[in-house]
Amino acid sequence: MSAMTHTAEDRALYGFWVFMMSDLILFGLMFATYGTMLTTWGFASGPEPSELFSMGPVAIETAILLVSSLTFGLATLALKHGQGRGVIALWLVITLALGLGFLAMELRDFAEMAAEGAVPQRSGWLSAFFGLVSLHGLHVAAGCVWIMVMLAQLAVFGPTLDVASRLSRLGLFWHFLDVIWIGIFSVVYLGALA
Amino acid sequence: MNLLGRMGWGDVVFEPALANPDSSDLIAAGAGGVVVLGAIVALYCLFHYRLWGVFWRGWLTSLDHKRIGIMYIAFAMIMLVRGVLEGVVMRAQQADGLDGGFLTSHHYGELFSTHGTIMIFFMAMPFLTGLINIIVPLQVGARDVSFPLLNALSLAFTAAGGALIMVSLVVGEFSTGGWTGYPPFTGVAFQPGVGPDYWIWSVALAGIGTTLSGINFVTTILKERAPGMTFARLPLFTWTAFTTSVLMVFALPPLTVATSLLALDRMAGFHFFTNDLGGNMMNFANLFWLFGHPEVYILILPAFGVFSEVFATFSGKKLYGYTSLVIATVVIAVLSFTVWVHHFFTMGQSANLNAIFGIATMTIGVPTGVKIYDWMATMYRGRVRMSVPMIYSVGFIMLFVIGGLTGIILANPTVDYQVHNTLFLVAHFHNMLIPGLLFGMLAGYTFWFPKVFGFQLDAFWGRIAAWGWIVGYSLTFFPLYAVGLMGMTRRTASYTIEAFQPWMLVSGLGALVVLGALVALGLQLWVSIRYRKALTVEGGDPWDGRTLEWSLPAPVPEWNFAHIPMVTARDDFWEKKRTATVDATPATYTDIALPRNSMLGPLFAVAATALGFGLIWYIWWMAALAAAVMPLAIIVRSFRTDIHRVIPADEVAAYDLAFRETRAALVPVGRDGEETVANRGRANREAFE
Ligand code: HEM
Ligand SMILES: [Cu+2]
Repeated sequence: MSAMTHTAEDRALYGFWVFMMSDLILFGLMFATYGTMLTTWGFASGPEPSELFSMGPVAIETAILLVSSLTFGLATLALKHGQGRGVIALWLVITLALGLGFLAMELRDFAEMAAEGAVPQRSGWLSAFFGLVSLHGLHVAAGCVWIMVMLAQLAVFGPTLDVASRLSRLGLFWHFLDVIWIGIFSVVYLGALA
Repeated sequence: MNLLGRMGWGDVVFEPALANPDSSDLIAAGAGGVVVLGAIVALYCLFHYRLWGVFWRGWLTSLDHKRIGIMYIAFAMIMLVRGVLEGVVMRAQQADGLDGGFLTSHHYGELFSTHGTIMIFFMAMPFLTGLINIIVPLQVGARDVSFPLLNALSLAFTAAGGALIMVSLVVGEFSTGGWTGYPPFTGVAFQPGVGPDYWIWSVALAGIGTTLSGINFVTTILKERAPGMTFARLPLFTWTAFTTSVLMVFALPPLTVATSLLALDRMAGFHFFTNDLGGNMMNFANLFWLFGHPEVYILILPAFGVFSEVFATFSGKKLYGYTSLVIATVVIAVLSFTVWVHHFFTMGQSANLNAIFGIATMTIGVPTGVKIYDWMATMYRGRVRMSVPMIYSVGFIMLFVIGGLTGIILANPTVDYQVHNTLFLVAHFHNMLIPGLLFGMLAGYTFWFPKVFGFQLDAFWGRIAAWGWIVGYSLTFFPLYAVGLMGMTRRTASYTIEAFQPWMLVSGLGALVVLGALVALGLQLWVSIRYRKALTVEGGDPWDGRTLEWSLPAPVPEWNFAHIPMVTARDDFWEKKRTATVDATPATYTDIALPRNSMLGPLFAVAATALGFGLIWYIWWMAALAAAVMPLAIIVRSFRTDIHRVIPADEVAAYDLAFRETRAALVPVGRDGEETVANRGRANREAFE
């Protein structure tokens, strides 16, 4: 017997929405903290945003994440149209690769910043920057692990109701991270370079 | 690398007591000794009486919402004992505190910090979470909460937080930064030791547990209601549980952020709240109270729900002003997010901002006042029975109104400047928390105990306890208003002004009465267990109850409802009793699927404790291991499909029919016999209205 019925699926999705609302507050507060630290006091005579950020890599990261949302959407469509586990898995693998690529680029950015002395220990603003951006990064990493687990489940169970339900929640999560990133991109990076 | 991080023999509490003890060290060692001894005795009993198997299968791994709820409440009561004892020790210190006393101020600092943290996070929160867990599914006509496994994990996180705070009595020390843990005082510059880390991780873990509970309860109340259980028919306790859960979902994240950022400051040298390099400690105050104020409504609303049920039931009347009570509850919940600045009027923001928050604070008095009138109107012209839950509830009304008035006084920033951080404030919030929250929880405990365990609590000791709390509370805390106005600051171990002393002595005496009330509660439980056969209420409805839970057998079978009920009215069971349709036997029974036990709960409890302990003591291998085990366990579990177990229809039918037969055969009891052994769980309805 599959553990999931339609109503169980429905309530799991609902509960997940509630969880994401809670999670959204976490991000909201980190944004607010970031906002209050974006002052001369917060820079503490250390490096400032305009000196540190460059548009190139950030634009690429944004593009990668947006495309990964698209590829996840294609995985969802494949699932919906019963295209078999091969196609679904393929789109998921692509999404995973993009997610990992994003993380790799982000880590490289961090390393570059650190090389210029912009470490979180340097100033309140840098603490808030690393706090906010790595919270998002941690979420993406968790999403990547989740995709791997779902690939394994797809292999073991096939596209059952259970698996489909979990994939729909994963999808919600993944798109949500995109939205957060757009916020980070606008507030943190565009805000600094504008 | 040191396998034990920064821990050494000198950190064990017995060491200073052996080396060169003063009275403070001896008391600390005594407390640590009690913890160790308690743990040893508990383990010994488990093995000696071979209870281990029952404990493991029946409790620790159980996903039954009622059992999880009972474990929450048992945990809360243990923590209540510690919290009250600490309160009494502090009162004794201050009674003796003119120019000295027997505690060092460091030890006093640890005491009010653990006391406050325990009472809020490990007494009040688990108590109300436990009650919601047990009662809400029964009131909405459900077989369990929406996510039974998540429920067990919530308990695990809360228990882990509690375990850490118990361990802090034995190894290391606790923060002296109060339950609010304000930096920079709790930063590394001022407290480099493990104290604040114990505070951070015990609170953070409990906070995670609470967030998960909130998600679970919100979903349960929205998605698991029986057919016909519309929002307009939800019992008031469920309504308050719902609003509290929504607050849990939205108000706990600020706490998670505040504690995590403080941890980053302490462990990784970040500058969120430090004095130097651009840190800003006001961010912490804002984050903390963005959680903290909604938190006090998380605490009080379920108690309001209990009082609503108690007043209606023991007045034999429909709740007066149901709709206004619901609206007032929701309004309070919304307003609770708009007042947090009143906790730091004195911290330098503009007068206009203070005025706005002062006015917002006062407006909360309006919906609360509406509730008080509704409850009084419920009693008005009812045939009121002064049962034990009623004593708590009436005591609540009298005392809570006083506390509310002092709250309105404090909401005025100009007055607050005078009494901020004095014992006036301590008197105010105890005035809300003890008559409000604690009386509510104790009333709920007495009210629903027979439903959960199948026998009622002894009324004699119950009365003594209730009166003891009322009198003891008043003696302990009313004097604090006076000394507060005289200028005695909070969180101070000793004082030099003689005029404080008489008040402190009265307050200390009151604390002894409170201690007596606590002992009476213990005796009540002991006597009731001892005479449980005589106190049985097999009919399941000892108080002429109104809502669905009273239609069930006592104790409630693990599947709760043999049939998911069709709800046709508010106070559905009471209406069905009136129209005599309760005894109609259902025609058919079906198989019922229930969640199988899972060891993820205990596993998470251990892993989360280890995670916290590792982070506190910088034992990195332990923290890393624990942090890896938890997600891995979830992943492994997600591959299992046999997570349900089926109770055959025959078994359900046999149980249900037997219960109906028993209930029908019982002699209904009238008003006089309600709290005696004559009450077998079936009420003589004419007598009550
Ligand atoms: C039952 C009898 C109780 C006694 C005798 C008692 C006593 C005390 C004392 C002496 C203090 C320290 C005052 C100071 O010097 O600043 C205190 C603080 C506090 N109490 Fe209680 N208390 C009791 C019950 C409770 C309950 C039921 C709660 C909550 C549900 C509670 C919550 C707190 C909190 C939050 C603090 C503030 C701690 C801090 O300063 O950070 N207390 N209590
Ligand atoms: Cu407040």
